[in-house]
Amino acid sequence: MKLTQLSLFLENKPAHLRKPCSVLAQAGINILTLSLADTQQFGILRLIVRDWEKAKKALEEAGCVVKTTEVVAVEVDDKPGGLDELLGHIEKASLNIEYMYAFTFGREDKAIMIFRFEDPDVAVAALQTQGVNVVGSVELYDRSQR
Amino acid sequence: MAMVIENRIWDAAETLSRQNLERLQLDRLRECVARVAHVPFYQEAFAKTGVTPGNIKSLDDLRRLPFTTKADLRDHYPLGFLAVPREKVARYHGSSGTTGKPTFVAYTQNDLGLWADLCARFLVAGGLRPEHTVHIAFGYGLFTGGFGLHYGVERVGAAILPAASGNTPRQIMLLEDMQSDVLVCTPSYALNIAEVAREQGVDPTSLSLKFAHFGGEPWTEDMRIQIERELGLFAFNNYGLSEVIGPGVSGECAARAGMHIQEDHFIVECIDPDTLEPVGPYEYGELVFTAITKEAMPIIRYRTRDIAALDVCPCECGRTTVRMSRVKGRTDDMLIIRGANVFPSQIEEALLRVEGAAPHYLIEIDRPEALDEVTVKVEVISEIFSDRMSEMQALRDRIDREIQAVTGIRVKVDLVASQSLERSVGKAKRVMDRRKLGDG
Repeated sequence: MKLTQLSLFLENKPAHLRKPCSVLAQAGINILTLSLADTQQFGILRLIVRDWEKAKKALEEAGCVVKTTEVVAVEVDDKPGGLDELLGHIEKASLNIEYMYAFTFGREDKAIMIFRFEDPDVAVAALQTQGVNVVGSVELYDRSQR
Repeated sequence: MAMVIENRIWDAAETLSRQNLERLQLDRLRECVARVAHVPFYQEAFAKTGVTPGNIKSLDDLRRLPFTTKADLRDHYPLGFLAVPREKVARYHGSSGTTGKPTFVAYTQNDLGLWADLCARFLVAGGLRPEHTVHIAFGYGLFTGGFGLHYGVERVGAAILPAASGNTPRQIMLLEDMQSDVLVCTPSYALNIAEVAREQGVDPTSLSLKFAHFGGEPWTEDMRIQIERELGLFAFNNYGLSEVIGPGVSGECAARAGMHIQEDHFIVECIDPDTLEPVGPYEYGELVFTAITKEAMPIIRYRTRDIAALDVCPCECGRTTVRMSRVKGRTDDMLIIRGANVFPSQIEEALLRVEGAAPHYLIEIDRPEALDEVTVKVEVISEIFSDRMSEMQALRDRIDREIQAVTGIRVKVDLVASQSLERSVGKAKRVMDRRKLGDG
């Protein structure tokens, strides 16, 4: 029920974001979603792609430092209060969010958020106990096709 | 070269005839050899070459004595070169070395008195008078700069404002309120004072400073002109290093045409650092000093690694001593950052303490305004990369702390992309010094 996220180190300089994107473009890999954390001097690019192994290999061959991390995709009602309700469940489960970002696609009235927790397995179990819909990779990639 | 101020000489020893000076040097060299004969390093070296105080017949015999290097001092850390019992020591000072540990030097009460006199000589030569107030903005600590100048000023009988280093706005307030006549610091710090004063709306030329005595780092004639214009004072250069005594080894007179070496206490040689043979007058070489009158830690033929040239012509000021040029470089990779000695190997040592940080790094040194700025670029390889921003910032802070712990200086740590630093065949280029200090 976990997703594998790729993260890359970037310097905060012109053209540094484009390089990994060009590498993925040439490898024919579509980015499902991404987030960019930045400081004045450097940034961390986090990516969700379907074939992460192929993407990692292509990026590493191009000289990028790539790290894989397990993250959790969670469905959330795409309406006012939807995220608030989900965060309530997370709070109840005493989970600390390291960071989070959203997907660009949803389904009808549902959106999907990506969460990075300290222990993704504990998080998945705790969220499912509270009836939160944790979206697995196959389902997610399937939805991204529609 | 015209004299910029009244010429005054502190000690008649500065004007001994060359013949009398050399006779004095020879006597003192013999005494010095006798004093260090039981220091294990010298004992062993003298035994090899059969040197005894008695068979030092002329100053040329100096060349039969061994060189002493910073590495020798380090090998006998902390006090293997001490020539007196520890109860005779009145003071310890130290300078940074290639490792995290300082090189210690020691002074007896007599040594401290000598040191004060030597500093008084160049201070008086450079305009200091008993009625002056002297603002000392050198660090007071293991570093010899603060205390050496302090005792020199005290010996002359002038008033001291021991401002110590740091907090520039406060330094400017003290300079304004206390109307000091003389400034003592590193030349780059003087430029920083001028710059910060302007930022605060204080015209630096309106300060009451008349003279400045600068040391602790290499600087240039361009900087002298700039400092004199910006602060409205006359600037004098002095030179010293803790292993020899600290400041007071040499200093400029009113003619400002080289720094007079205090030859009645230090015998100078200028050698080719590769062949170790002497170079001629006016030729650049590595300076080597023998401290012939010190008690606690006399040093024989200390290789300074400083490149300078000697001027043996008589000076118009009347002093008979040899003058040395500005230091135009180093024979090793030692860097002088805001007056502190830093070796690239120290930075590497600090990086090695942070797992994964060491393999690819570059030290960049700039002097954007007045003060040196050091940036250490470290490539982020997978071992140290994290998807968490907090961990990346913690990594940078940790590298920052480790470097400061080893070198004592603050640097800027830049995390850079993997493979972004230039790779060279063989020895990697680790230092890029972009400061302009080329005109000697």
